Amino acid sequence: MDNPYTVPAIIAVTLVTVAIGFYGLTLARTTSDFLVASRMVSPTWNAAAIGGEYLSAASFLGIAGLILKYGVDVLWYPVGFAAGYLALLLFVAAPLRRSGAFTLPDFCEVRLGSRRLRKLATAFVIFIGWLYLVPQLQGAGLTLATVTGAPYPLGALLVGAVVTANVALGGMRAVTFVQAFQYWLKLTALAVPAIFLALQWQADSRPAVTPVGGPVFSTATTVVVEEPATLTLPDGTSREVRPGDELSFAAGEQVPEISSVAADNGLDWLLPSMAGSDDRGLFATYSLILATFLGTMGLPHVLVRFYTNPDGAAARRTTLVVLALVGAFYLLPTLYGVLGRIYTPQLLLTGQTDAVVVLLPGAALGNGPTGQLLAALVSAGAFAAFLSTSSGLLTSVAGVVSTDLLGQGSVRDFRLATVLAGLIPMVLALNVSGLDVSQVVGLAFAVAASSFCPLLVLGIWWRGLTDAGAAAGILAGGGAAVGAVLFTVLGPELTGWPAVLIAQPAAWTVPLAFTVMVTTSWATRRRTPADVGAIMLRLHAPEALRL
Amino acid sequence: MATPIDPRPEPGPPDTSARTRVVLAEVVRSGTRAERTRAELTQQTQVGDALVRGLVRAQLALALRLSLVVGIGLGGLPLLFAIAPEVGTAKLFGVNLPWLLLGVGAFPFLVAVGWAYVHLAERNEQDFTDVIQRPER
Repeated sequence: MDNPYTVPAIIAVTLVTVAIGFYGLTLARTTSDFLVASRMVSPTWNAAAIGGEYLSAASFLGIAGLILKYGVDVLWYPVGFAAGYLALLLFVAAPLRRSGAFTLPDFCEVRLGSRRLRKLATAFVIFIGWLYLVPQLQGAGLTLATVTGAPYPLGALLVGAVVTANVALGGMRAVTFVQAFQYWLKLTALAVPAIFLALQWQADSRPAVTPVGGPVFSTATTVVVEEPATLTLPDGTSREVRPGDELSFAAGEQVPEISSVAADNGLDWLLPSMAGSDDRGLFATYSLILATFLGTMGLPHVLVRFYTNPDGAAARRTTLVVLALVGAFYLLPTLYGVLGRIYTPQLLLTGQTDAVVVLLPGAALGNGPTGQLLAALVSAGAFAAFLSTSSGLLTSVAGVVSTDLLGQGSVRDFRLATVLAGLIPMVLALNVSGLDVSQVVGLAFAVAASSFCPLLVLGIWWRGLTDAGAAAGILAGGGAAVGAVLFTVLGPELTGWPAVLIAQPAAWTVPLAFTVMVTTSWATRRRTPADVGAIMLRLHAPEALRL
Repeated sequence: MATPIDPRPEPGPPDTSARTRVVLAEVVRSGTRAERTRAELTQQTQVGDALVRGLVRAQLALALRLSLVVGIGLGGLPLLFAIAPEVGTAKLFGVNLPWLLLGVGAFPFLVAVGWAYVHLAERNEQDFTDVIQRPER
């Protein structure tokens, strides 16, 4: 790629992130400034910051890539990522803010008064945080490699180092400014090129998204094969290809199918999966819906933000604004995935569909200055996505590590914890390769939905929850989901029903967690905290009463 | 209540100034009644407990009702597409219906439900606050 604007754009985003971080550093004076921004963050800033933090590599790159590959069935990812905020608003936002809990382990202690449950929650926060951090760093490595040809570890190390230094030095106050800035950058970086892409599609006299017989190359294209596979040509013949083979296609030629990349074509791509023919697809869809709808509330970096709201009512309004901001953003990746069918079909052969957002402006608009500038803008937005989500995750993991594992949560502890919490995912990102960004992020949602979602929902609305019940539910549901994650990453490849049950575990682990939590609480109902009435009052009483 | 405020050492027959004192005492007593209801809440008496339970139940019912709306409105779609494939092939503005519903329509729908929730939840809280601050009126 010989785009003169990309590297300066990425450097500019990184520098602005660091600069805003240092601006925040001059304001951050006390531990309270570091951890909760002194609760002086206005709802609009806070909502933009939550949105900026939430829209990760999976949202910015992954969704469009999945749509390019699988079509309508994966539209549930953006819908679920947005709907997660509605579930958060309905069941958690205001009571959680009123509880005064800063992290999920805090909530365990406030509500159930158990130190051991607190430790268990800490372990899950760290697991989910790292599970979510690794694909962010990997996305950074892949993007930098795609747009500049730099070696893969460079991007991962760059983002990891910038984020670790920024969080360690500036803390959360700085992060709030950084995140709010990055939400608007990400929205702009997808919206402006999207307008040009739509105009270009009009100017090309609206080429069909689903031509009869499958996608076709819009220009002459050469693809280099990276792993051995079977190529099925449009005329039905097939041949073996080896790594290093160069395949050349003329403009207008049909895209062949390749055995190394699973993708849907034709009507499978255009239409939802049908009953009977594809029950597993229906199960996977509902599992995905459960994981994303219920997982958002259990993500550690999302929850920390609510403490920066002044009160419960403000937390509710902030969540509504976040829902609107995030929903507006998710209108865009679909467009990239669909237009990618027309302008970058070679990604269906290489399998690197996560690169569609970054490559599409150059592919559709040509190598003129417009195309290059827009491609640079998109790359900058992608880096904003890696930087902001990693910052938020690292802040929350470091906050938990510094208060629960190191000591009293002083500024020094927080800095030490940040370095520790940042180094480990960097090492993992360098050594674990071949993970699919969106799939891993989906698994993190599944773990959160089957551990912290039941804890929060039952803890806030049901007086009968006990510490033993909560621990049993988290261990059963969350443990099963963690097992599914480890099996997906490390285990052998499965087929048929076991593959679906392991790859999309939420549909059985979430009900399992709720059931175990409720039945164990019933069995141990003598352990119900004596002050449950006072806690319920604190969680639900409106601020107007000033009790 | 009125006697300690009464400056006169001997109680006399009631006159107009005595009536004024009674009115003042009424205002103070209404304040203490609100105070008492607050105390019922914080001290977990049966009355206070029942009030909090009522609020929690109202808020939970609201949240469950709205999640049912989303559960049917959005959650029913995969099943609908699966059992009635003709919905999946139907077109609006030249675009297949599932793409429009999931790619565009879902987001304003979610925001609308969220807006309704914030509105209704704040009304529930206002009702609760009114009960506490203006009892027996």
